[in-house]
Amino acid sequence: MDDRTIICRCEDLTLGEIRELIARGFHTIDEIKRISRAGMGQCQGRTCRMLIAEEIAKVTGQSLEEIMMPTFRPPAKGIKLGILAGGGGYDG
Amino acid sequence: MARTADVVIIGGGVMGCALAYHLAKKGVKRVLVLEKQYLASGATGRCGAGVRQQWGSEMNAWLARESVKRFERMNEELEFRGDIEFKQKGYLLLAYTEAQWDQFKQNVALQQGLDIPVTMVDPQGAKEIVPHLNTEGLIGATYCPTDGHANPFLVTQAYADAAKRLGAKIETFTEVTGIVVEKGVVRGVVTNRETIETPVVVNCAGAHAAVIGRMAGLELPVYAERHQALVTEPVEPVQDPMVISFYHRLYCQQTPHGSFIMGVNDPNEPESFNIQSSWQFLEDVARQAVTLLPPLRKLRVVRQWGGLYDMSPDANPVLGKTEVEGFFVAAGFSGHGFMIAPMTSQILAEVVLGEEPVMPIEKLELDRFRHGDFVMEPSVV
Ligand SMILES: Cc1cc2nc3c(=O)[nH]c(=O)nc-3n(C[C@H](O)[C@H](O)[C@H](O)COP(=O)(O)OP(=O)(O)OC[C@H]3O[C@@H](n4cnc5c(N)ncnc54)[C@H](O)[C@@H]3O)c2cc1C
Repeated sequence: MDDRTIICRCEDLTLGEIRELIARGFHTIDEIKRISRAGMGQCQGRTCRMLIAEEIAKVTGQSLEEIMMPTFRPPAKGIKLGILAGGGGYDG
Repeated sequence: MARTADVVIIGGGVMGCALAYHLAKKGVKRVLVLEKQYLASGATGRCGAGVRQQWGSEMNAWLARESVKRFERMNEELEFRGDIEFKQKGYLLLAYTEAQWDQFKQNVALQQGLDIPVTMVDPQGAKEIVPHLNTEGLIGATYCPTDGHANPFLVTQAYADAAKRLGAKIETFTEVTGIVVEKGVVRGVVTNRETIETPVVVNCAGAHAAVIGRMAGLELPVYAERHQALVTEPVEPVQDPMVISFYHRLYCQQTPHGSFIMGVNDPNEPESFNIQSSWQFLEDVARQAVTLLPPLRKLRVVRQWGGLYDMSPDANPVLGKTEVEGFFVAAGFSGHGFMIAPMTSQILAEVVLGEEPVMPIEKLELDRFRHGDFVMEPSVV
């Protein structure tokens, strides 16, 4: 993996961009998420969260468990507004 | 020897960081911001990001208008390394009852008196602005094209970076646990790490402002109330303005990123620090959004979250001095603290330094509740 490796596919963020944020002092996943949108896309951080945690661990020396995991927010997987509204979510 | 500071600001939300910037810019040497988590971890980072000038009280309309001017040139003013993503795509406010329409007419007269470029439109006009709007039952709407939204994380970061460049210190993961008051005068703050001596403390703790107030022996009439929001998958741009219907209790906007952000106001929400997400909210907001903006039914929700409004009895901020000398407050923003922060923070800096503020704020001081001088804001969602 080098700086050009895409870490967050949903939001198109590279390892280099994440490393720069960590170097600027953002040492929690929540902060990096809010400043860069990492983990805010379709997959809700399933791919990038662990990779970002590892990068933070390298710099701060914390264990992965210590690095705060951001809140998992419901709903786990995209439900259509139409279905939630009770009207059926069929296209058309 | 204890550490000392000229001003300690409690809370690293948009207010605390913007205030730090203004104080540092005015030459205060040792400004210290204490934030118990990270910047924008409170309401600021959970907000709907909307910026509107269409208010029903003159003060809010004025504060919002002046703040819009500052958002417009914020990247330059703060020499931000990024972009705060301020987009002026307008706000469309919908009236579904005669009472609302009458209130809107009054509001528009007031706003136009302040040179805010707002217009009244009929249902057809509203549909021209938002083609997918269901106009059934709609009486009319008001539209202001210079309203919009900005990225709250980046706005907060921009203020924080600028404040730091001017010498302010910002310490995250530092919780204030006490305030030292002697004979009615502030002497310092106690944190989970140390005691810091300071003659001035500003309470910018958002929904926790009452907790901080109690540390100084004050009962502030502000309280926390959960408000929830959700965001959908991003799609092609179809909706320019933020749409608000007080009747449906709904606000809904499409962000520059393509996703829709929306929320409903639950009139039965109790006072609490709860920020959990609920299913009831999902169903409620979905129903309102799909009724008002039918094509949205096809959109998938990707995330929902909760945050706290810092409410005040008249839905207006509590700003300025208190009966404890050196202890100031900026809270009670009642769901519109982000959009007025640029101007409010400047005025607060002037008040803290004993200067003549560009707008007199006596009406917003804590005292008003004792005298019963409420300045009720009618247009909160
Ligand atoms: C769902 C939702 C939608 C909203 N939509 C909008 C909108 O569209 N437009 C708008 O203008 N406003 C909106 N708001 C309101 C807006 O978010 C707030 O008014 C504004 O962010 C308040 O900023 P603040 O800096 O005063 O408070 P906050 O951002 O809450 O900051 C207070 C900070 O103080 C810290 N703190 C608390 N206690 C302590 C302590 N003991 N020691 C140290 N630090 C402490 C907290 O961690 C927090 O970071 C919305 C709010 C919510 C919840």
